[in-house]
Amino acid sequence: MIRTNQTPDGQPKIGVYICHCGMNIAGQVGVEEVTAFASSLPNVVVARHYKFMCSDPGQELIQADIAERGVNRVVVASCSPLLHEATFRQACAAAGLNPFCFQMANIREQVSWVTADKDHATSKAKALVAAAARRVALHQPLERRRVAVRRETLVVGAGIAGIEAALRIADSGKKVYLVERDSSIGGHMAKFDKTFPTLDCAACILTPKMVRVARHPNVELVTLAEVDEVSGYVGNFTVKLRRRARYVTGACTGCGQCEEVCPCVQPNQFEMGRSQRKAIYRNFPQAVPNWFVIDYGACSGCRLCEDVCEAGAIDHEQEDEVEEIQVGTIVLATGFKTFDPRILPQYGYGRYENVYTSLEVERMVNASGPTGGQVLLADGSEPKSVAIIHCVGSRDKKTNPWCSKVCCMYSLKLAHLVKQRTGAEVYNFYIDMRTPGKGYEEFYDRLLEEGVQFVRGRVADITDWPMTEAEEGKLVVRAEDSLIGVTRRIPVDMVILSVGLEPQLDAHQMRKKFNISCSSEGWFLERHPKLAPVATFTDGVWIAGACQGPKDIPETVAQAGAAASEAIALMDKGHVEIEPNTVEIDEEKCSGCKTCLGMCPYHAISRDDQKGVAVVNQAMCKGCGTCAAACPSGAIRQHLFTDEEIYQEIEGVLSYV
Amino acid sequence: MSFLYYPGCALKSSSKGYEESLLAVLGQLNFPIQELPDWSCCGATTYMGIDEKKAFALAARNLALAEQFGAGETVHLVAPCAACYLVLLKTQKYMAEYESIGRTISAALNAVGLKYEGRVRVRHALDVIIHDIGLGEVRAAVRRPLEGMKVACYYGCQVARPFAEFDDQHRPRSMDDLLRACGAETVDWPAKVTCCGAMLTGTIEQVGQRRSYMILHEAKRRGVDVVATACPLCQFNLECFQGPMSRRYGDEVKVPVGYFTQVMGMALGLDDRRIGLDRLFIPLWRPVAMV
Repeated sequence: MIRTNQTPDGQPKIGVYICHCGMNIAGQVGVEEVTAFASSLPNVVVARHYKFMCSDPGQELIQADIAERGVNRVVVASCSPLLHEATFRQACAAAGLNPFCFQMANIREQVSWVTADKDHATSKAKALVAAAARRVALHQPLERRRVAVRRETLVVGAGIAGIEAALRIADSGKKVYLVERDSSIGGHMAKFDKTFPTLDCAACILTPKMVRVARHPNVELVTLAEVDEVSGYVGNFTVKLRRRARYVTGACTGCGQCEEVCPCVQPNQFEMGRSQRKAIYRNFPQAVPNWFVIDYGACSGCRLCEDVCEAGAIDHEQEDEVEEIQVGTIVLATGFKTFDPRILPQYGYGRYENVYTSLEVERMVNASGPTGGQVLLADGSEPKSVAIIHCVGSRDKKTNPWCSKVCCMYSLKLAHLVKQRTGAEVYNFYIDMRTPGKGYEEFYDRLLEEGVQFVRGRVADITDWPMTEAEEGKLVVRAEDSLIGVTRRIPVDMVILSVGLEPQLDAHQMRKKFNISCSSEGWFLERHPKLAPVATFTDGVWIAGACQGPKDIPETVAQAGAAASEAIALMDKGHVEIEPNTVEIDEEKCSGCKTCLGMCPYHAISRDDQKGVAVVNQAMCKGCGTCAAACPSGAIRQHLFTDEEIYQEIEGVLSYV
Repeated sequence: MSFLYYPGCALKSSSKGYEESLLAVLGQLNFPIQELPDWSCCGATTYMGIDEKKAFALAARNLALAEQFGAGETVHLVAPCAACYLVLLKTQKYMAEYESIGRTISAALNAVGLKYEGRVRVRHALDVIIHDIGLGEVRAAVRRPLEGMKVACYYGCQVARPFAEFDDQHRPRSMDDLLRACGAETVDWPAKVTCCGAMLTGTIEQVGQRRSYMILHEAKRRGVDVVATACPLCQFNLECFQGPMSRRYGDEVKVPVGYFTQVMGMALGLDDRRIGLDRLFIPLWRPVAMV
C-alpha cells in the first residue's frame, strides 16, 4: 500500500499555483476549473491562479502563503521546468522553505500548446496537477553539496586555440599543463605564411605567443605527449599523460649540427611529405620548444648525432614515461585535420604531380617552406596559369556535407599570393562565395579588382586528356559555368584543391577519454549551440577552436578566450555546488553484483571491495537514475525520484483519468 | 553458392563474341555456371526511361526466376552486359529500398505466379572473375601471357555508376588489374568511364559518334593495341563506326575493340574461334613479339 501522508515533517500542507502564462495557457486550459479541482485534492490547503506566476507578484503569492498559511509543499503548474524550475525553487528558498519541497507541472509545452480541444486540455492539466500534488507530498528537504575545485588546468592541443587559452589562464595566476602531441607547438597556424583578410604574417603574430607560452612561469609545456586516461570529476580530475621519448633532452640548443650529419632521410610530414627531412629533425627553425627530436622509426642507430652534439643533449636510451597530474579544469583544443583529396579520384591528387592541396601551397608560399616562398611546378618552373578548386571535401553529400567555412577566404588569400608571386592567371572555381566576416567581402572585392578569375560551378574533373593543341601538356579543368550556362574546359599548369576541414581521426577516442559528446561526424559537441558554445555536457571540461567545428583564427581565439574565462571563473569561485538529486546505496541491500557499475554513463559508481558494496561518488553522479532502475536488489534510492514518489505521480495521473 | 548466367538479348545476337569468350574463359577456369532458364529481356535502359514501373516488373521477373534456384540461399545472377547489370541491380535495390515499388512489383509478379524475396545478388562478370575466382587463379591459368600488348581498359558508364558495387566510380581499376594479371600492359588513361554515346549513335549520329571518336582518338594517341570493353553497346559503338568516323573527322581511326573476356581468352591460350575473335570487324592480332 502506498502511503500518501507520511512525510518527515508531519502533515504536508500543499499550495498549488496555476499560471495563465498570459494567454499561452489560459487560452486553452480552464485555469479556474483546474484551480477549483486542485483545492479539492488531499493535503492541498490553498490553490490559486495568476496571470504570470514567474513575475515578482506571482512569486510573492507563494511566499505569502508559506509565511502566513504554513504551506510546506509547493506545486506550480506552468511551463517546462527547464525554463523556471530554478526561479520557483529560489522563491521557495527565499521564503524559508527547502527548495526541493517543490514540484512543477508542465501544462504549457505538454498541454496548452499541443492539445487542440479545450476540454481535453483542461482534463490533462488536472491530471498533471493531481500527479504533482501527490508526488510533492513525499518530497523531503535536501541540501546541495559543495566540492572544492583545484587551481590547475589541463589544456590539450597547442595550436592557436590551446596557446591562447593557456596564456589567459596562466595570466590569471593558475597553473596550466599545455599538452601537445607533436614535437613543437603552433598547430596549423604555424604552417601558414599570411592570414586573411589583412594579409598579416602568420609567424609575426603567432611566434611571440608561442615563445611567451613556453616561457610563462605558470605554464608547463608538455610536447610529444598524449592523454592516456582521465578520471575524477569537475574540480578534481586525475590525468595520465604519456610523454613519448624525444631522445633529445632539454639541453638541446637547436644548433642543428646533428641534422647535418644524420644519414637517414624521410619524407617531411610537416610539409605533407612534399620535402625530405632527416631522422633527427625539428619542424621548422623557429619551432617551440626549439629542441630536435629523433624519429626512431627512421633512425639507423649510427649515433653520429651523439658524436657531434656539443651540448650532450642526445639520449638514445630515453623511454616513454607516464605521468599523473591533478587538475581542476580541462580545456580541449585538439583542432582539425584536412580532407584527403585522394578520396575524390576525379581531381587527380596523387596521380598528377601538379595537383596540390591548399595546405601544400600554404607551405610553398611560406618563406620557411620547402621552396623558400616560391610557387613552383614539379619540374621547378613557375606556373603561368593556376586553378583553385573550392569545396573539395565540403558541401558534398558523398564526402562531407558541411561548409568548412574558411576555404573561400583562404582560397582568395592563396589566389592573391600566387598571382602576386608568379603573375599567373588564376581561376577560382566556386559553388558560392562565402565571405561573411569583418573585412572579408572587401577582400573578395579586392581580388576581383586584381583580375583573378571566378567561375561559378563545381568542377567535374581534372584531366590530362587534351582535346586541342592548347591543352597539350596541361591539366584541363572541366567545369560547368553556371553563370553563363556552358561547360568549360580550362587548361592550366597547376591545380590547387581547397580541401575542407574534418574532425581529427581520433576524435571519438578523445571524446570517450574526456566523457564528452561528439556529433556523428566527430566534432565535439557543445552544451548548447547558441547559449553554451564552449561548455560541454561534462562539468569542468570546455572546448575551444576547430575541434568543435570549422572556424577561422579570430573565431578560434575568441572561443579560446571564452573557454579560458569559464575555467578561470570556476577556479576562482573555488567550489562547485552539486544538485542533490543523486543516488544513495543501501549497503544492507547491496549484493555487490556490479550491475550498476557498467550502467553508469558518468563512471560515478565504484565497488568497495572490502565491504563488497557499490559506492557512489556524489560529485560525479548526475542523477540520471539508470543505476536505480537497473539494480536487481532495489538497493539504490534516488533523491527526488524515489519509487514512492514516482508511484504517487503515476497514481495521481491515473486517479483523474 | 550458385551462379546463374543471365545473357540478355545482346549476348545472344550482336555480341555473340562476348558470350562465347565469357563461357570459354569461365570453363577454362573451372568455374561452374548455368544459364537462367526462361529468362526474358531486362528492358534495358530505354524502357526504364519510358515507363519505370513496367521496366521494374520486366526485370524483376528474372530476379524471381533466379531466386527459385537458391533453395533459400543467396543466388548470384551474373549479367555480363552493362545495361542488363545496371537494370537488374537497380530493380533489386529499388524494390528493397522503396516500399511502394516493392509492393507494386510484387503484385505484378504475383499475377503471373511468381514472387521475389530479395535473395538474388546481381553481379557483373568482371566482379565475379576478380572476386570469386580471383587474380591468383587467373594468373595460374595463363598459358600465353600478353607480353608487349598495350590495352586500354574501357569500362563505360554503367558498370561502376551510379552503383559502385565493386569498383571506383571515377577511376575503376578492376579490368586493369585483371588484364595485367594476364601479362598485358594497361594504360592509365582518362577515358575509362567516358560515355561512348550509347543510343545517340543511332538517334543523333553526329553527337554519338563524336563521343566514340574522342575515346578512340585518345586510345590511338596512347598507342594501344586494343580497347577492351565490358559492355556490348560500348563495343558496338566503338568498333562499328570507325569508317564513318574517320571520314567525318578527317582522321584515320583503326583501333581493335574487343571484350575483356576475349583479351583474357587470348592469354589463357584459347582458340580464336572459341572466343569469337573471328567476329570482330577490326581484327585483333597478337603483337608480333607474342607470336
